[in-house]
Amino acid sequence: MTPTPTSRAFEYAPAPESRAVVDIKASYGLFIDGEFVDGRGTSFKTVNPATEEVLSEVAEANDADVDRAVKAARRAHDRVWGPMPGRERAKYLYRIARIIQERGRELAVLESIDNGKPIRESRDVDVPTVAAHFFYYAGWADKLEYSGYGSTPLGVAGQVIPWNFPLLMLAWKIAPALACGNTVVLKPAETTPLTALLFAEICQQADLPPGVVNIITGAGDTGRALVAHPGIDKVAFTGSTDVGRAIARQVAGTTKKVTLELGGKAANIVFDDAPVDQAVEGIVNGIFFNQGHVCCAGSRLLVQESVADEVLERLKRRMSTLRLGDPLDKNTDIGAINSAEQLAKIRELSEIGEREVSGAGERWAPPCELPATGYWFPPTLFTGVTQAHRIAREEVFGPVLSVLTFRTPAEAVEKANNTPYGLSAGVWTDKGSLILHMANRLRAGVVWANTFNKFDPTSPFGGYQESGYGREGGRHGLEAYLKGTQA
Amino acid sequence: MTSTSLPTTPGPGSGAAAAAAFADVTRSDASLRRFLHGLPGVDQVGAEARAATLGTRSIKTTAKAFAIDLAIRMVDLTTLEGQDTHGKVRALAAKAMHPDPADPSCPMTAAVCVYGDLVATAREVLGDSGVHVAAVATAFPSGRASLGVKLADVRDAVEAGADEIDMVIDRGAFLSGRYLDVHDEIVAVREACRRPDGTDAHLKVIFETGELQTYDNVRRASWLAMMAGGHFIKTSTGKVQPAATLPVTLVMLEAVRDFRDATGQMVGVKPAGGIRSTKDAIKYLVMVNEVAGQDWLDPDWFRFGASTLLNDLLMQRTKMTTGRYSGPDYFTLD
Repeated sequence: MTPTPTSRAFEYAPAPESRAVVDIKASYGLFIDGEFVDGRGTSFKTVNPATEEVLSEVAEANDADVDRAVKAARRAHDRVWGPMPGRERAKYLYRIARIIQERGRELAVLESIDNGKPIRESRDVDVPTVAAHFFYYAGWADKLEYSGYGSTPLGVAGQVIPWNFPLLMLAWKIAPALACGNTVVLKPAETTPLTALLFAEICQQADLPPGVVNIITGAGDTGRALVAHPGIDKVAFTGSTDVGRAIARQVAGTTKKVTLELGGKAANIVFDDAPVDQAVEGIVNGIFFNQGHVCCAGSRLLVQESVADEVLERLKRRMSTLRLGDPLDKNTDIGAINSAEQLAKIRELSEIGEREVSGAGERWAPPCELPATGYWFPPTLFTGVTQAHRIAREEVFGPVLSVLTFRTPAEAVEKANNTPYGLSAGVWTDKGSLILHMANRLRAGVVWANTFNKFDPTSPFGGYQESGYGREGGRHGLEAYLKGTQA
Repeated sequence: MTSTSLPTTPGPGSGAAAAAAFADVTRSDASLRRFLHGLPGVDQVGAEARAATLGTRSIKTTAKAFAIDLAIRMVDLTTLEGQDTHGKVRALAAKAMHPDPADPSCPMTAAVCVYGDLVATAREVLGDSGVHVAAVATAFPSGRASLGVKLADVRDAVEAGADEIDMVIDRGAFLSGRYLDVHDEIVAVREACRRPDGTDAHLKVIFETGELQTYDNVRRASWLAMMAGGHFIKTSTGKVQPAATLPVTLVMLEAVRDFRDATGQMVGVKPAGGIRSTKDAIKYLVMVNEVAGQDWLDPDWFRFGASTLLNDLLMQRTKMTTGRYSGPDYFTLD
């Protein structure tokens, strides 16, 4: 019984999602006080990372623009949004959520073009979760007195978000802030400003009062100016630990409240009694989802030694079926790396990793043809990794998995916690009591059991140690935008 | 991930060899139970999520044309009704050989699937066309009869000319943990599939997954049937809801993949019941391709137990070649 030699390969024909649904303008201004205005800084270009095609020219906000945006937000807060009853604010948030659903395809396509993530993910994960976030916090707007954190907004929030989930991070920041009665000035990442600017249009479409949401584009200087502005009451940042540290220094000694959601080096722990096929799926989803550009990515696989070979073999087989290529193709699993800069960083750490494991393990990637233009990195794993290796300690923020082994639950906990980070962790076992045992001991903001990278607006998310502080999502997420009952 | 390690000696390629490789496992109820319960568990949420994700693959143009023809070649065109007649079976057999009389390039189906008393009629029409005759047996669909009656049912169908026997397992025995009874019954049915000339009718083992309920049970039943020498494992009779589903088929495809890794031997998979549209059929083919692998993309290793599916495949096929979608009036009822 050998396979019939006549069986032919089932090659999937290209199935590109149409770009016709999006209308990218040649240039974009800043969204301040309800309208688009020119920026006074030096405008910059945003490119499609899959093709290196220049998509648009985007304005840079200088100090004066930041000041204008913060003042607009302050006016909107004091005169309109702050005094508005919660149930009225909720109506705007519901309206925004519904428009996001209605324009879901447009948002998904634009997100994939500007960020490089596969359309399957932007369509099935990012955009639906964005809408869910607005729906969820819309529900809180008139119930804040039951939150436990009071119902008094802080005022104006300055928010700086990263490029890995441009629209989703925007939703995580804006939805709770607005629900609580704050107004916001938000700066999207310089490589992925387009969906935030489309969101600005959605705010106009929803008749959101001018100044409640202000979107200013720019790079590090713009972000620093926003964080330093004396007119803001709150800083919310998601991004790298280095920048997070700088922000913490900048706001020290002021009355600004801060939440930071920073890096991670999560352990995904697979026990010998795990549901093995689903565990392999979870490992793949943990590190290759969104090209590994996920702060809570399961970048360290800790697998029990007795099943390590079997799990690794299954993992490699599964990785060989991942489809890398055009982010707009509906069958693509791995899209483009967001920027040349990030690609260089992934390459550098991978080369270091290759030297570190040489002799003890290997660097492995499935045979995989990379497109000639654009920024690409194949799904890669390292075996023979130890806790002492940089590849096991530093955040790669790319599709790179370090494989380590353990023998006992105690050793798994020890290794998992042996990191300056503490954002997330995964546990795979059929034994319910072991899940609880591990969850109690893992020092991570989120512990997923027999799943990974699941985000729900009702569930708080955040980190320990160098992964930051404060929680986003759920009831806990309101704390960051309310004065509290002590005040 | 098994507490009992798998025998790793690859069988030379017959069911008997696989049975020999697992002799230690199938020695007693206790050892069989230890083995089946030592198989890695299936996480329901994860398995269903994986099946759903595979279902989002977008199969267009050339890939769709390839998939449609492959799916037609994999259909076991089925009629299993109390009201079946010789005339109905003749018509079905004629359709199996020429699914689209207007288009000679349209491939034949894999088989027609009927009750045992209609095998001779189907055989007569199909002759040596290459379309197989499959017969359901062993007191299908409930399987509630004595072993002697079940075996007589099988022999009768084989004598009448059946190429393939679709048997049902004793779900009562399985659910009460009498795995060895289920195993031995499959072995006995396999013996009954032997023809006087020493060749075998191929044996498909139906689990009725809608009655087994859990994916863990589906995985255990899969290994049980493979160890007993079944050529195919099949989801359902079509008489119980739910019949075939994508996640159930996923678990079975994982089982045949793992079984080949352990023994070197391939076993086929047949989802049956409830697959009615081309879109659904293509989702199954994507799953075969990405879970078990390309080797299973062949009528020898994957089948669809279906009746209404064929006409939808034909309509889509015609649309792909002509660009127009013609209504059901343009395709034969049976």
